[in-house]
Amino acid sequence: MTQAEALKEYLLRLADSDMILGQRLCELCGKAPALEEEMALMNVALDLVGQARNWYEYAAELINDGRDADKLAFRRDAHEYRNLLMTEQPNEDYAVTMGRQFFFDVYHYFTLKSLTESSDERIAGIAAKALKEATYHLRRSSEWVKRLGDGTEESHRRMQEAVDILWRFTGELITPDDTDRVMAEAGIGPDPDQLAKDWRGMVNEVLTQATLTPGAEDAWMYMGGKHGEHTEHLGFILAEMQFLQRAYPDATTW
Amino acid sequence: MYAQLVETGAKRLKTKEEMSPEEREFQEKVDAETKIEPKNWMPEGYRKTLIRQISQHAHSEVVGMLPEGNWVTRAPTLKRKLQLMAKIQDEAGHGLYLYSAMETLGADRDEEIEKLHQGKAKYSSIFNYPTLNWADMGAVGWLVDGAAIVNQVVLQRTSYGPYSRAMIRICKEESFHQRQGYKILLDMMREGTEEQKAMVQDAINRLWWPALMMFGPHDDESPNSQQSMAWKIKRKSNDELRQMFIDQTVPQLEFLGCTAPDPDLKWNEETGHYDFGEINWQEFYDVLKGNGPCNRERIKTRKNAIDEGAWVREAAVAYAEKQKQRAQAA
Repeated sequence: MTQAEALKEYLLRLADSDMILGQRLCELCGKAPALEEEMALMNVALDLVGQARNWYEYAAELINDGRDADKLAFRRDAHEYRNLLMTEQPNEDYAVTMGRQFFFDVYHYFTLKSLTESSDERIAGIAAKALKEATYHLRRSSEWVKRLGDGTEESHRRMQEAVDILWRFTGELITPDDTDRVMAEAGIGPDPDQLAKDWRGMVNEVLTQATLTPGAEDAWMYMGGKHGEHTEHLGFILAEMQFLQRAYPDATTW
Repeated sequence: MYAQLVETGAKRLKTKEEMSPEEREFQEKVDAETKIEPKNWMPEGYRKTLIRQISQHAHSEVVGMLPEGNWVTRAPTLKRKLQLMAKIQDEAGHGLYLYSAMETLGADRDEEIEKLHQGKAKYSSIFNYPTLNWADMGAVGWLVDGAAIVNQVVLQRTSYGPYSRAMIRICKEESFHQRQGYKILLDMMREGTEEQKAMVQDAINRLWWPALMMFGPHDDESPNSQQSMAWKIKRKSNDELRQMFIDQTVPQLEFLGCTAPDPDLKWNEETGHYDFGEINWQEFYDVLKGNGPCNRERIKTRKNAIDEGAWVREAAVAYAEKQKQRAQAA
């Protein structure tokens, strides 16, 4: 794999994960447990989709086949999507929503932090802006994991269940493949070992504070999103998200 | 988004002679355009009317997230999706802001929200209409936010200080939403396909009359309206505001190249206003009574959100309590 190929692939992963997680949060509009949470969820979703747009725009320039950011988001099918499986998991109850957000936010925070020092200046620039947002997301989701884990008996039970449900998707966040390694070697992407170490450290710290038990480190992990092999959920997400662009392919302006 | 029909409890207006010294002093303050603040004395009827009006207004912001939330997962481009999310986020913020203003009057937000879920408190009738195509997102911004702004601009001068200040802040964001909504329609009419143009006209056909209903019933004879005007909670009559809205909106409609679903709509040279057809008041009262297309769904969604979120809020309270105890022990 050449560095140029790996870069395009890597940008799509960043974009797609932001996009799909943002989409999941949009589904919660009007359904949050408090008005403050309505605001916060939409705020986080807005940040993520905004970041997705920035990554897509850069990816579109490099891919350079006439597709723009919207075409990349709304006209690729599931097998072409490169998001992490974690981000496409259903909202379920608020413990799952917050657990998913927390596991992703830790990965996202350390990734972006590293990307601010990327040898690719465009990436470093986008990451610098995104890092501020991800810092807020992480503070928020880790607070909720603690509140729910160390709240009532019921919230503890639900939060532990959420950790157990989601644990099998955490491996993909910190397991590097060829693309990740090429990016790391070029000084573009984060060092995979460091990322894994940082992720484990913070996750363990927060879960301990939340009186929760993490999954086993050698647990079986469900992976494939980064290569376009998704869970059954993604097809439905895209069917809804892409409906207008697919139903009215002749429309050039919306 | 605001309140259309607010009970004041008044059967008729009191004369100056019938007022107690406190009431008279209050009325003189209002007449002199001095803002009433939370710690000032106020008639009980004034307090209750404002609680009803501001809570209805707040509920409208919150329920109003749902017809737009219906399309946020299906928005056709990244730009439109981001705009819609920002708008919905603003609406949640307006709701919070208005509940705070309401609480300065001694009301409790959880109690008022409970009344909404029991069907005892109203919200703007417009949000009981479904959003059926993407152009509805443009039409809601242009017509619905447009109608809300006409009302809220006047409410910036309402006699109760906290409500008036909430309106000043909210109006700025609403105007921005309205322009964005209009732009959605304009872009589709100018550069869209025939199918997209048809979507725009369809959205206008469905939302035109419901938007006009947002100003409430003819109010000249209503004691509620007279009392609200005397207290300067309301500053203009429903019909005056509706006429202002029509006069400013018809040229925008023509600029789009669309039509209104009203054969009686025409410019009146003599009055300098647009004449328009009669509103279907039966439909208006049906919707207010809970029998509009989406009344049941809207309340059910909101009630479920709060009911199913109870364990989350309880967890937050329990955690905060533990943290407090830990801090004291340390």
